[in-house]
Amino acid sequence: MAAVTTTPRQKAGWGVANVVVIALALIPVLWLVSLSFKTPTAVLDPSFVPAQWTWGNYSGILHSSQFIRPLINSIGIGLISTFIAVVLASMAAYAVARLAFPGKSVLIGMALLIAIFPQISLITPLFSIERRLGLFNTWPGLIIPYVAFGLPLGIYILSAFFREIPWELEKAAKMDGATPFQAFTRVIAPLAAPGMVTTAILVFLACWNDFLFAISFTSTIAARTAPAAMQYFSGGSVFTIPTGPIAAAAVVITIPIIIFVLFFQRRIVAGLTSGAVKG
Amino acid sequence: MSVNAQVAAGTETVREQPPSHKRQLSEGARAERRLGWLLCAPAVIVMVAVTGYPIIYAVFLSLERYNLELPQAIKFVGLSNYGAVLSSPYWWQALKVTVIITVFSVAITLVLGMLLAMLMYRTIFGRGTVRTTALIPYGIVTVAAAYGWQYAWTPGQGYLSAAFNNSAPLTTQVPAIAVIILAEVWKTTPFMGLLLLAGLSLVPDDLLKAAKVDGATAWQRFTKITLPLMKPAILVALLFRTLDSFRIFDNIYILTAGANGTGSVSILGYDNLFNALNLGIGSAISILIFICVALIAIVFIKGFGTAAPGTDSGSR
Repeated sequence: MAAVTTTPRQKAGWGVANVVVIALALIPVLWLVSLSFKTPTAVLDPSFVPAQWTWGNYSGILHSSQFIRPLINSIGIGLISTFIAVVLASMAAYAVARLAFPGKSVLIGMALLIAIFPQISLITPLFSIERRLGLFNTWPGLIIPYVAFGLPLGIYILSAFFREIPWELEKAAKMDGATPFQAFTRVIAPLAAPGMVTTAILVFLACWNDFLFAISFTSTIAARTAPAAMQYFSGGSVFTIPTGPIAAAAVVITIPIIIFVLFFQRRIVAGLTSGAVKG
Repeated sequence: MSVNAQVAAGTETVREQPPSHKRQLSEGARAERRLGWLLCAPAVIVMVAVTGYPIIYAVFLSLERYNLELPQAIKFVGLSNYGAVLSSPYWWQALKVTVIITVFSVAITLVLGMLLAMLMYRTIFGRGTVRTTALIPYGIVTVAAAYGWQYAWTPGQGYLSAAFNNSAPLTTQVPAIAVIILAEVWKTTPFMGLLLLAGLSLVPDDLLKAAKVDGATAWQRFTKITLPLMKPAILVALLFRTLDSFRIFDNIYILTAGANGTGSVSILGYDNLFNALNLGIGSAISILIFICVALIAIVFIKGFGTAAPGTDSGSR
């Protein structure tokens, strides 16, 4: 801390700054929450707090297959992609961190290239390829690109984590009479777990957040994910704008992620910043 | 936010073993090699299948006249698709909009991210709360946040529109771009702040104290000590934010759908595929965007000396 003593004025200054940041972060989210509780008539009133409250928007979307099916797609596609990406990235990261083999720098370079790859450049060719292979509008049609774009992140984070693991412990455990399997499950796996959890969280967030692939490689609710499905919502009648239902859907897909982010805050920050400052 | 920006994170420097292999590899070394390749193979196959092969395929597509509405008329046309794109005002308009959004949103994000990082680092109380809250815009789904902004700026519906005299900024070009930049900045400042916070914590406090004792003002300490020491962290954060911002799609798609001259190059590429169904032109746009992104990366890495993540310039 720079300041050795803090005057009440400094304290107040930092306090005001804290409040400003918290307000800026929260107000847009609270606005969505407010919209989601407004009745169809109250939606046409710009006040921040709903004049009339209703659960109608929520019960509406939660009884509609137009939202439930995409929500299931989002969860399923996200979980499967995350699982595959973490497994494949762990294998590659173990090799990068522990083994000597030619081509290692090619792998790292490839991961970097994909990390900066403009996804839009893939839309046209992948659309064409997926249509030919029958992957268009299916779960695998989204899972495969999600895995590919999750891998660079996973390889970077996990190889950093794996390099820090004291691998001599494995040998020590074996000397003490542990079988190789025990040495792995009791000693190495617990040490590697935090890195894998961090990777899984960040990859899942990226899949959950994706919009471009989700609208490009799907055409029906068979594979459409929640963010892509929202634009197809309709109001109670053709004359009603679907603001309420869309806001409710936005809250439903956001709140779990916010809880998730807050709960795993340390992990996420560690993963996002691990090694980023090295120049 | 895409996966890619977050990789900034994982920028762990990987050091190659010096190639010290002699003529003959021992049995053990050969087995290690094989295991290394085996373990990397699945990841490499997926990455090449999803990006390498399609981009090469896109190069071929971009040389053909290929319209899904006229499947019989597929024909090799050389570079004429590129000529069509590069002579089209739509491409230049979209590129201009993309560059404007990128420059402004990255610059504003950098300044605000720096302030946020300072606050998270130095604030006297409530540090945990601030850090936690700041992660919320990062965690929120871009599309969900974009709907919030869109409704907030809709006259008669939104609190922001009401606060600004019932204005309808999303219906005219310049205000709409400003709203798009606002949405981008709100979403990405926390990420920038976290990356800069990690850089900030590397600046030794003793150095700052010593400078203070020597009579340096707060501004001098910031510009003469903190900034130079943070330069590598700032450059990496800028590189990833710039590349990410150049690919902007979600916010524009929801806020304006590219109407009134607010479309980015990504919106142009998307519209071309799904409205014009033209794979040839679409692929040419894809390749041109890819070249732009590569140029940005080269400028950052070669021009500014940004340490590319994974390259061998870092020291631990």
